Amino acid sequence: MAEMTLRVNGSVRELDVDPRTSLLDLLRERLGLTGTKKGCDHGQCGACTVLLDGRRANACLALAVACDGSEVTTVEGLGGAADGDEPHPLQTAFVERDAFQCGYCTPGQLCSAAGMLAERGPSAVTADLTDDPPLTPEEIRERMSGNLCRCGAYVNIVAAIQEAAR
Amino acid sequence: MKLFEYARAADAREALERFRPGTMYLGGGTNLVDLMRLGVARPDFLVDVTRLPYDTIDADGDGLRIGAAVRNSDLAAHPAVRERYPMLARAVLSGASGQVRNMATTAGNLLQRTRCPYFQDVSRPCNKRRPASGCPAIPGDHENLAILGHSEQCVATHPSDMAVALAALGAQVHVTGPASDRVVPIPGLHRLPGAEPERDTVLTPGELITAITLPPPPPGRSHYRKVRERASFAFALVSVAAVLDVDEASDTVRDCRIALGGVAHVPWRAERAEAALRGAPATEEEFVRAAEAELAEARPLPRNAYKVPLARNLIVRTLQELIP
Amino acid sequence: MNRVEGRDKVTGRARYAFEYPAEDVAYVHPVQAAVTRGRILSVDATDALATPGVLAVLSCAEPPALGSREDAELALFQSDQVAYRGQLVAAVVARAPETAREAAEHGVRIGYDAEPHDVLLRADHPGLYTPEKVNPGMPAETRRGDVEAGFAEAAVTVDATYTTPTLHNNPMEPHATMAVWEENGDLTLYDSTQGAADDRDTIAEVLGLPPERVRVVAPHVGGGFGSKGTTRPNAILAALAARAAGRPVKLALTRQQMYDLTGYRTPTIQRVRLGADAEGRLTAISHEAVEQSSTLMEFAEQTAAPTRVMYAAPNRRTTHRLVRLDVPTPSWMRAPGECPGMFALESAMDELAVAAGIDPIELRIRNEPDVDPENDLPFSSRNLVACLREGARRFGWEGRDPRPGIRLDGRWLIGTGVAASTYPSRRMASTADATVEDGDFVIRIAAADIGTGARTVLTRIAAETLGTAPERVRVEVGDSALPRASLAGGSMGTASWGSAVVRACEALLKNGERGTADTTEDVEGDTGFSRHAFGAQFAEVRVDLDTGEVRVPRLLGVFAAGRILEPKLARSQFVGGMTMGMGMALMEQTIVDERDGGFLNHDLAQYHVAACADVQDIDAVWIEEEDPHLNPMGAKGVGEIGIVGTAAAVANAVHHATGRRVRDLPITPPKLVG
Repeated sequence: MAEMTLRVNGSVRELDVDPRTSLLDLLRERLGLTGTKKGCDHGQCGACTVLLDGRRANACLALAVACDGSEVTTVEGLGGAADGDEPHPLQTAFVERDAFQCGYCTPGQLCSAAGMLAERGPSAVTADLTDDPPLTPEEIRERMSGNLCRCGAYVNIVAAIQEAAR
Repeated sequence: MKLFEYARAADAREALERFRPGTMYLGGGTNLVDLMRLGVARPDFLVDVTRLPYDTIDADGDGLRIGAAVRNSDLAAHPAVRERYPMLARAVLSGASGQVRNMATTAGNLLQRTRCPYFQDVSRPCNKRRPASGCPAIPGDHENLAILGHSEQCVATHPSDMAVALAALGAQVHVTGPASDRVVPIPGLHRLPGAEPERDTVLTPGELITAITLPPPPPGRSHYRKVRERASFAFALVSVAAVLDVDEASDTVRDCRIALGGVAHVPWRAERAEAALRGAPATEEEFVRAAEAELAEARPLPRNAYKVPLARNLIVRTLQELIP
Repeated sequence: MNRVEGRDKVTGRARYAFEYPAEDVAYVHPVQAAVTRGRILSVDATDALATPGVLAVLSCAEPPALGSREDAELALFQSDQVAYRGQLVAAVVARAPETAREAAEHGVRIGYDAEPHDVLLRADHPGLYTPEKVNPGMPAETRRGDVEAGFAEAAVTVDATYTTPTLHNNPMEPHATMAVWEENGDLTLYDSTQGAADDRDTIAEVLGLPPERVRVVAPHVGGGFGSKGTTRPNAILAALAARAAGRPVKLALTRQQMYDLTGYRTPTIQRVRLGADAEGRLTAISHEAVEQSSTLMEFAEQTAAPTRVMYAAPNRRTTHRLVRLDVPTPSWMRAPGECPGMFALESAMDELAVAAGIDPIELRIRNEPDVDPENDLPFSSRNLVACLREGARRFGWEGRDPRPGIRLDGRWLIGTGVAASTYPSRRMASTADATVEDGDFVIRIAAADIGTGARTVLTRIAAETLGTAPERVRVEVGDSALPRASLAGGSMGTASWGSAVVRACEALLKNGERGTADTTEDVEGDTGFSRHAFGAQFAEVRVDLDTGEVRVPRLLGVFAAGRILEPKLARSQFVGGMTMGMGMALMEQTIVDERDGGFLNHDLAQYHVAACADVQDIDAVWIEEEDPHLNPMGAKGVGEIGIVGTAAAVANAVHHATGRRVRDLPITPPKLVG
């Protein structure tokens, strides 16, 4: 077991962890933060996306011990309030636009979108790499492709992100 | 996953000192943790090298120095990379997802392992994973495996996009090790499978990549193009990194660089095609001739023969688009 | 209306099966068969049992007591026979998930006596036979008139074979269960299921418990698409493991394990023959489907069933033949039967349109039947022609040049295609309870909301019946303790549950306090009509001339599905189905190792489902359809029809773009490059 400290949604947590434990399992099984989902456990679906030191990351691919000293924001903390009662504009837009069905990929979509909106720089579909491109639907689609949605809510996900970004 | 010890190294010396048999260096973890969970990698000891002071990009001078711990997304977003090595930025951006690129490091990207389905499934034989156990991909599923440089022991491909661009750019990999420091060029870092498919690279146990340096950008125009049936978040069926420098007065090729992804155990530098093109007219016919010269060596398997025309078309089209 | 549980889903408060808190919980990890067929000779769990933290090992070495072995996929550890590679043969229970997994993978040694096996479906397999029935209880073969005579008199014929690969449902939430044995011997399961009541009954039967002693809780389910419609081994394993460990046990199958243990869409080989006169009027239709099941159980998918209702023709035949292989048992996947079947039929119709020189929309209109062409029953409503016409108008079909391979934009070939959709409109008996509590209305029904929006649409149905605002209605679903209801499947949810909710609300209005309903008699009266939804799908594709990459800039679906109760959510269902259908057309396939039958690309990096970047402009609209013969709401189901016909529309568009007819899905660059 290894000792570590993690700041989760604003609260500092001192923990003793099995080095094999992923950040994802730590959140879900130890800290009761089950909003972050496990879909594939290999970084192939994006359901586990959290903000790790402010950047979107797959919590299933991060060993918890390797996150010692880091700051994590999960879907529960996305709105800023610990109880999730102040929704982030993305959360509101997802509800209004029906940007999910089963809801299982949704926390990952939301954290990914929040991280994506803070990112600068080009994507694989940006024509001119030297400029930071405007956030067109094509850019959103490419940048959000690390979050699979089997229900097929992509059309509404893109619309919701566009709305929240305005 | 086997129980292992974990330690975070502050600098290269500490990482090297901690290295012992059974140790693996941990970068972003996007492939290593994945492989550990599959049981493909079973280290006793992980030395975390993400906090080593190799997380910067140094754009002083004509070339570029990329720290081994620079995250893929930071590499692609760096102004010097976007302006001077756009092909590299595009290659990095075409790999994986935004999340994975935020985590994955430059060195880790180079050292990622094949996505051959048999390699990733410990319930099956695989010469790369368990030497001399056999290669079930050759008689089995190899639709996305190698057409060039493979052996009877292994037909795996190297999955990196970034490495293909680096191969075309002639990057140098800076390595520190228990004995000494050294520089390994790309191509040259990765090796063909031959009779030892378990060895992906020429690195020896304990050696640690510290940086990648790029020579000044080659003259001419460049592009990275990746083919995949899913529009994003998929490994390449075939990809190409190409640089073309055309003498506009004579419409002849002054120089060119071509590297292919998805076709071999290494990022494949298409030296035959390059040689065929130097001094030749910059025309579609010559591009076809050059591509076919390269692919004459191809030995496709029954189910990946499509990669030969695909690679040919991709080379030709990409070069066509680079004509000024 | 927004989804009533939307806020819970976007804040992470919505709990799925694996996420319920429990004291002193343990974890179980399965061990899977390493051979394709054979006998287990020995199970050596010494190392696992010596691992600190391991609580129990389950295997056929000590078969746990069960009440029923009838469902061989659920009769865990009862037999030493291995029926397919990856079958569940043992499991390890431990205090920590990492311990359970490591001990399962490295601490249990199983000795096998491997036997020769047979894993490959082929049209000339000597083991092919005609099943007695195909799902759900339909005849395996139908014949009318003289098909051969019909082909003989035809001016134009098509005779083509289409194949669809093994496909996996891949819901985002893995199949997961937490099992808790109460002190009095009752069992509570938090299970990822599409039907809490049926799940409860099956689990009780397998475990030998009276149903009232088992409770299944599943208020939120992260998708299923059919794969959670029947009880899966994870539920039984969690219960057995919890009994063995004497504490609550959680289990979530890994993504890789899901491929072997949670069902899949059978691969199909389908020969379609069409004959038509010079004006395109069909003289004969023949659709012969070949598919597989396991040695354990017969699962006979109704692949050719849609051909029985689509087009008029005096001479017709549909057949299904199955072969039992050493493979896992196939199961339901979104529009089982209709989805692969309509890929074949609607591709063939496009081939016929090309061969006859008739516009493919006009061809379909000319073959529109007045009554159900198999049984002469009137359709309760049928608006395929209206869908085709409305779609043609919206999509800009008029003036389409039918010649293939002539539209080039840069290096992209462009084409458009159309295909029809259909899906049966059935319902099943359900019960519901409506009460007034603290001035609000509470509806209780063991329905399932697997992402369909069931909770929301039932809220709307109840509010309309009660003449109140939806905000004053609370609907409780997803718990077998609630009044019994049918499962979420066959696009029957809204029709089945809505009928019960309407009746319960009507009873409440009469008596003022409480209303209950049981629709068994209503459903028994659902005869006399052929009830189906119809639709038309339009696709525009771009095919890269150099690489064979296919991109879909536009997909439009026009549907006739009765009264659309909740437009926002219905559109999501249609578009979601179309999105999955596009993935089926272009990328989805489970690669099977031909030597051992194992699924090779068993994860989400190798098995590609459509990603956000694949989806450009997908839209769904519907026509107003009044149908008094369905249910009190006048609604047809919308969960599955969206995936029916999509793959054919895309394939037909690829033909229009390139002149290449791809008859084996998916349409990937290897099939187009060169």
